[in-house]
Amino acid sequence: MAPTQEAKAKGTALLDSFKASSWQSRIAMAIVVALLLLLLVQAIKDPGQFVSQLLVGITNGAIIALIALGYTLVYGIVELINFAHGDNFMIGSFVGVTVLSGTFLGLGFFAPIGDESGAAMKIVGVLLALVVAMVLCGLINVGIERVAYKPLRNSPRLAVLITAIGMSFILQNLGLVWKGSSQISFPSLVSDSNALAGITDAISYRWKDIFVVLVTIPLLVGLSYFIQRTRQGKAMRAVAQDKEAAAMMGINVNRTISVAFLLGGILAGASGVMFGLFNGTTVFDLGFRQGLFAFTAAVLGGIGNLTGAVLGGILIGVIGAMNDQYIGVRWTDIVIFTVLILVLVFRPRGLLGDRSAVQGGGGQQ
Amino acid sequence: MLGVIGALLVVGCGGGEQGGGEKGGEDSGPTATIVSDLPLQGASRGQQETVVNAITLALEERNYMAGDVQIEYISQDDATAQAGKWDEARCAENAQSAAQNEDVVGWIGPYNSGCAAIEIPILNQAGLGMVSHGNTAVGLTKPGGEPDEPERYYPTGTRNYTRVIVADDKQGRAGAVWMRDEGVQGVYILDDQETYGKGIADQFQQNAEALGIQVLGRESVDPNAANYRALMGRIAQLNPDAVYFGGVTPNNVGQLVNDKVGAGMSNEDVIFMGADGILEEAFIEAAGGAAEGVYATFAGLPARELPGAGQDFVQRYEERFPDAPIEALTSYGYEAANVLLDAIERAYNADGQVTREGVVRELFATRNYNGVLGTWSFDENGDTTLTELSGERVQGDQFEFSRTIDVGEG
Repeated sequence: MAPTQEAKAKGTALLDSFKASSWQSRIAMAIVVALLLLLLVQAIKDPGQFVSQLLVGITNGAIIALIALGYTLVYGIVELINFAHGDNFMIGSFVGVTVLSGTFLGLGFFAPIGDESGAAMKIVGVLLALVVAMVLCGLINVGIERVAYKPLRNSPRLAVLITAIGMSFILQNLGLVWKGSSQISFPSLVSDSNALAGITDAISYRWKDIFVVLVTIPLLVGLSYFIQRTRQGKAMRAVAQDKEAAAMMGINVNRTISVAFLLGGILAGASGVMFGLFNGTTVFDLGFRQGLFAFTAAVLGGIGNLTGAVLGGILIGVIGAMNDQYIGVRWTDIVIFTVLILVLVFRPRGLLGDRSAVQGGGGQQ
Repeated sequence: MLGVIGALLVVGCGGGEQGGGEKGGEDSGPTATIVSDLPLQGASRGQQETVVNAITLALEERNYMAGDVQIEYISQDDATAQAGKWDEARCAENAQSAAQNEDVVGWIGPYNSGCAAIEIPILNQAGLGMVSHGNTAVGLTKPGGEPDEPERYYPTGTRNYTRVIVADDKQGRAGAVWMRDEGVQGVYILDDQETYGKGIADQFQQNAEALGIQVLGRESVDPNAANYRALMGRIAQLNPDAVYFGGVTPNNVGQLVNDKVGAGMSNEDVIFMGADGILEEAFIEAAGGAAEGVYATFAGLPARELPGAGQDFVQRYEERFPDAPIEALTSYGYEAANVLLDAIERAYNADGQVTREGVVRELFATRNYNGVLGTWSFDENGDTTLTELSGERVQGDQFEFSRTIDVGEG
């Protein structure tokens, strides 16, 4: 088809789809447009505050997105909601605290790395905590898959669902036994001060926010490189598309699934440590709430779709921040889940459609 | 544990005449039993065991006699190991067993207001007099909480519940007075959506407005949120002098303080104040460095700040129980025990026998009582007339006494 014809076809298709659209979806569109206009008015009134809150939302969203990737990655391959993922994320934050304290099982390995340590020591501490948590959480996730999911791969869906919930409770209670029921504080290794202090005071963008970007972006780039460019990534995409056909082509399905869980665990570990350093506290039941939001983000973006998970996470973060600023904290959950329901009513497969990314790129290819 | 078993045994052979000499045998004079009901497992355990010690000390000093009445003491536990704190079913069970045991004429406790809300109606129907050392929720004794409080706790219409600790209306006022004294002009109020937190934040708000402090806003926070950066960003925009939080430590207050400081409102520039719900070690652990300089009010005076008789008690307590360091509520437990024992003594002297009815009457007749907390009376609601509270601040990883706050005068 020639390009012009294609454009024309697209134009008429758009018109047709508008004509065909129900009055509900037109009302929904009108509400969305009205809300965006209201936001725009606020943005013009006080741009500094608006941008600050937008950045807060994006940063919070990035953390949710990183957890959401773990859900969506595993779902894309084995069509299983790994409920234990959120709790693995919590374990990651606990591992981070433990590494930074320098003490494990009563043995002091090195002096605690805390607020008073030198800059170099802080960087080493952050990297060490990240790496140890990523490795441990990756292994935990692989272990969970071996013990609780793999033997049930051909069982009814409900059986795996229950073992996943079971693993979630086991991890949560292990966390409870390990660190107790109260909140624990993270040492503040990343500065709280405004990174833009010299440039503008109207916008607050802290070094902590930059830290989140510095951790998240390399992980995202690395993950998408791995899936798109490496042999193992290709194998993952193949298994996601059709397990049996992939096995017939000589792909080791079991190993590929293990790798997906390993990657999911690594992301959980990294986001756990990042969450702790960013927020300053962690608690044993953190995984439930954060996991729920991340799972919501994954579904919002289209479960199984990596880009969708990131988009969903950031969307939830931004909606939350805007709501806290302009509507009220009590409404945040109501607004977020209303958006989720609306999106799913009109796009049951999520914003970007499900499973397409792991299977080889976004869109309707 | 023994106490519970004891209670069950007595119930088993109960049904005798009230306070009568059913122990049989020689010369036995009148006897009566008092019980305490405290969470003796989980986070509150350490503090509440010192309360049991204090009650024991009060009894030992009187040779287990309230005037001519021989006293037996049963210590009940309203916590479970699984919950790690008070448990609704245990509270109800303990109250039922005491209600049915006709030897029991007095009740000390409970510690948690939520537990009290379950126990008071049961014991009200049994006509058993209660003295609490730890419940501060306003609604237990007077209007100010939920719409149907306090009536719903007293099905018989007759009051049976008293407390020696100061209620949250005065604690809310203490917070407002303290802020006024620190020169606060505008305050933002947060609560954790729970009965206690909302209640005390309401009381604080009313008093702050009455004292001329501008309330810049009020918000209930979600205890499960990952962080409160957006909220704190909005609050910072309003330039408050202080942020008040009504709530308890487990509801994410560590994160809240961290994000407040993170939003550029340091604890030096913008006061962060809470009530006794955050006055504990766990809060400092949760908030980390951001805890430094945080204010918290306490619904009474710490042992070291009590008037003369209080200091004598501290000394006697430490001699008798050198291994269980005195806590903030220990002296309130001691006072509760003595008030109850004196009421039993007066009831016996007036009636010639110890009845639940007589003990309740004498409890509410307590006037100008000279105890370790000072000189005070119960008002018609069963609340103490004491008006001295205290304020503490976090200094170097612990709460340090900062000042007394008298809410009696304007």
